[in-house]
Amino acid sequence: MNMLHETPVGLPRRAVTLQIDGDDVKVPEGSTILDACKSHGTDLPTLCYGDTLDPVNACRVCVVEVEGSRALVPSCSRPVESGMVVHTDNERARHSRKMVLELLGSSVDLSAAPRVYGWMQQYEADPSRFGDVNTMKTVRQPAKVDNDLYVRDYSRCILCYKCVDACGEQWQNSFAIAVAGRGFDARISTEFDVELPDSACVYCGNCIEVCPTGALMFKTEHDMRAANTWDEDAQQQTTTICPYCGVGCNLTLHTQDNTIVKVTSPHDHAITSGNLCIKGRFGFQHVQTFARD
Amino acid sequence: MDLRFPEAEPTLAEVQALDAAVGPSLVAEGWEREYGGAHRAEALRHRLLPALHALQDRVGYISPGGLGELCRRLDVPPAEAYGVASFYAMFSMRERPVRVAHVCADLACQALGAGALLDAVQAQCGDPNQTGVPGTWQPSPCLGLCERGPAMLVTEAGDPAHEAVVAPAIADDVAVALRVGPRNFGVEVPVVAAVPQAATPAGAAGLVLLQRVGIVDPASLDDYRAHGGYQALRNAVTMGPLDVIREVTESNLVGRGGAAFPAGRKWAAVANQPVRTHYLVCNADESEPGTFKDRVIIEGDPFSLIESMTICAFATGCEQGYIYLRGEYPRACEHLQHAISVARDHGYLGANVMGLGFSFDIEIVRGAGAYICGEETAIFNSIEGYRGEPRNKPPFPVEVGLFGKPTVVNNVETLVNVIPIMLHGGAAFAAVGTPASTGTKVFCVSGSVSKPGVYEVPYGMTLREMIELAGGVPAGRSLTAVLLGGAAGSFVPADDIDFPLTIEGAREHNTTLGSGVVMVLDDTIDLLTFLRRIAAFFRDESCGQCVPCRVGTVRQEEALVRITLGRQSRAENELDVALLREVGRVMRDASICGLGHTAWSAIESAIDRLGALQGVDA
Repeated sequence: MNMLHETPVGLPRRAVTLQIDGDDVKVPEGSTILDACKSHGTDLPTLCYGDTLDPVNACRVCVVEVEGSRALVPSCSRPVESGMVVHTDNERARHSRKMVLELLGSSVDLSAAPRVYGWMQQYEADPSRFGDVNTMKTVRQPAKVDNDLYVRDYSRCILCYKCVDACGEQWQNSFAIAVAGRGFDARISTEFDVELPDSACVYCGNCIEVCPTGALMFKTEHDMRAANTWDEDAQQQTTTICPYCGVGCNLTLHTQDNTIVKVTSPHDHAITSGNLCIKGRFGFQHVQTFARD
Repeated sequence: MDLRFPEAEPTLAEVQALDAAVGPSLVAEGWEREYGGAHRAEALRHRLLPALHALQDRVGYISPGGLGELCRRLDVPPAEAYGVASFYAMFSMRERPVRVAHVCADLACQALGAGALLDAVQAQCGDPNQTGVPGTWQPSPCLGLCERGPAMLVTEAGDPAHEAVVAPAIADDVAVALRVGPRNFGVEVPVVAAVPQAATPAGAAGLVLLQRVGIVDPASLDDYRAHGGYQALRNAVTMGPLDVIREVTESNLVGRGGAAFPAGRKWAAVANQPVRTHYLVCNADESEPGTFKDRVIIEGDPFSLIESMTICAFATGCEQGYIYLRGEYPRACEHLQHAISVARDHGYLGANVMGLGFSFDIEIVRGAGAYICGEETAIFNSIEGYRGEPRNKPPFPVEVGLFGKPTVVNNVETLVNVIPIMLHGGAAFAAVGTPASTGTKVFCVSGSVSKPGVYEVPYGMTLREMIELAGGVPAGRSLTAVLLGGAAGSFVPADDIDFPLTIEGAREHNTTLGSGVVMVLDDTIDLLTFLRRIAAFFRDESCGQCVPCRVGTVRQEEALVRITLGRQSRAENELDVALLREVGRVMRDASICGLGHTAWSAIESAIDRLGALQGVDA
């Protein structure tokens, strides 16, 4: 069903050869180390990296060692250079990755972040070394439920900046949220923390689309998780075309028990890149609301 | 952009403050014509920080109505403006008393009794951060008054706002500050009091960068010229840009802010960039605890900084310069503002400088309480009106700097070194000091010495000699350690102070000169309290962008507190020390910028070299 998936043809790019974990890898100029690792078949963990966004390299979970560089290097943003020698899995890189996962795990609820549990095991990360995660004040805060469409649970937020970038100049240009505060008090916030209905939010849900940890969640998903009825294994994904206007955005409907529970959009769509408007994202209720009050 | 603004209305005072700071509503003034559609927001964004200062200075905090009006005028999204304002410690996002006493709780003042002062203030004036009273107080990071601590900065919002520094301060001073405000405190001590060498003819004869401090009237351009001012610029113009850069390169001048990067290489890199405009940023945000040399230079000899910047601009083709000045330096700001306007009136700044055929002007940007803004790329974001978060490097500032253009960013002390280079040549400059560390260096000696202050000496003096020059440890006490380079530096033990204070000497000794902090500790100072303050400092000052630093600085402080409370078993303490090492390592390896890279250095050196944290188990 997906259309327009081809990337537009650009100018041919020169090839650059670098070394990753002892192997020579050839990638087009302008690629990042992460791109090169992917083409080499090396799987690096990423959290703040977004396939539809400019890298902010804030989480530092994808760091690798580049010979000649004093500090480790974020693979998601550093462009490759000819002759670069990269170590993705030496003790130094593994240590940083383990610590980043531990530090995050000690301050944020990562239970709704896909793959993180696996990485924690892979890197032997144990956040409880810093204290009991479930009682630490740094984790707990109530979810913000201030509208009918989506929930902001900042106890799950790792401050990856992706929602801010999606809401701001990279996609939606609504600028409803930004990073406020500083240091450990830094948080995603509207101006003076006003509720979403009083903010510039247009409920496009493009922030939910890019959130890597479930801090931003459909109200439907949030409620079903609370009721313990959320079951991803029982869900079906169907990609279709939004019927509301002539743009023809792709929608992926997530259904459980024949009910739409969430809507996403394919990131590899050349025009929409995973973005929708409020109608495509949230305008599904009428499909399954049969009673007329 | 189609922005949505808060409905709260600004007060008359806020409207007036914004009228003065950013002019009347730009919408009414036809800014569409002036800036043209899409670029208007970018063209206005750099006025955000000054506009926030205007609101804070006028009413004492940033209100929703004031912020909304500011956003309307500058076309800035309210959420972003809130994000920027809440980044800075000097802006209050909640209603706050008009008078605030910022009482220094940082390292150098702790060595001079800040702990007792804070306790006394608490007893006399009550809790910090009170509301509903005319004045309140709060503990503050280093105020850069380390030669006469414990220090206090008093601010009073109004039209106009008033500020004063009081040092040394006692609890009564704080009480008066809260009741009456800053205007009660009269004239500050002369800046030359911070330069003990100037007190004797022999000492004064050795000064190069500080030679005019206390001698010239910092408000008088004529006096500056009568003392040799602007001869260096004339020499530079006679040489031409290429030769100026060659002399600076030959002088082997390296940056004095801490990173010790060769200035000539930086200048050449910017001069060679075909992209225009080129910018010059003078980093005067010295916030490293224990650093106050740039303050002394600016307060005592502001025209020398203006002349140095003009020489740099001439050589590198910069048309606009910015001085990013710490918000906590009221006198430096006043002197510099005056000096810039006098220089401009006399043709030393502006179009066609001194009739020599090039243009250059300088704008002061006041910081607002953020250590991280002294980082060379965070400073760009702050000037541009964004959160002061460091940028990813590469690209480096010489290619993509302020407003995305090639930028020279140098510390105050680095820049003023250009004057002796232009007067006597790079070779003569390089003959002073050691081959790898050329010229003189201004050290900030604080803590337990008889004559704290700034000391300018040729590179090569040993640490012991430096302490002796500053009068040594007061009688009856004994030296225990020296913190070199500030909170981001490292400790050296008392029995290891016979190495030269040069860049290479420090490096061989596995330490750093950093910004020139020599903080002397004696046996009356509790090292553990000191370490906890360092940890708290980094937790407070981390920008929060990257995980290792944002969370690591918190976990570091927690572990340090657990250990130093003395309630844990030895085994528990050993586990926590191991944890500190692991957290320290990820901060050093994986943080974005120098703050995270060095947030563990001082504590690590205290554990490894001073044996701190041993024997504190229950």
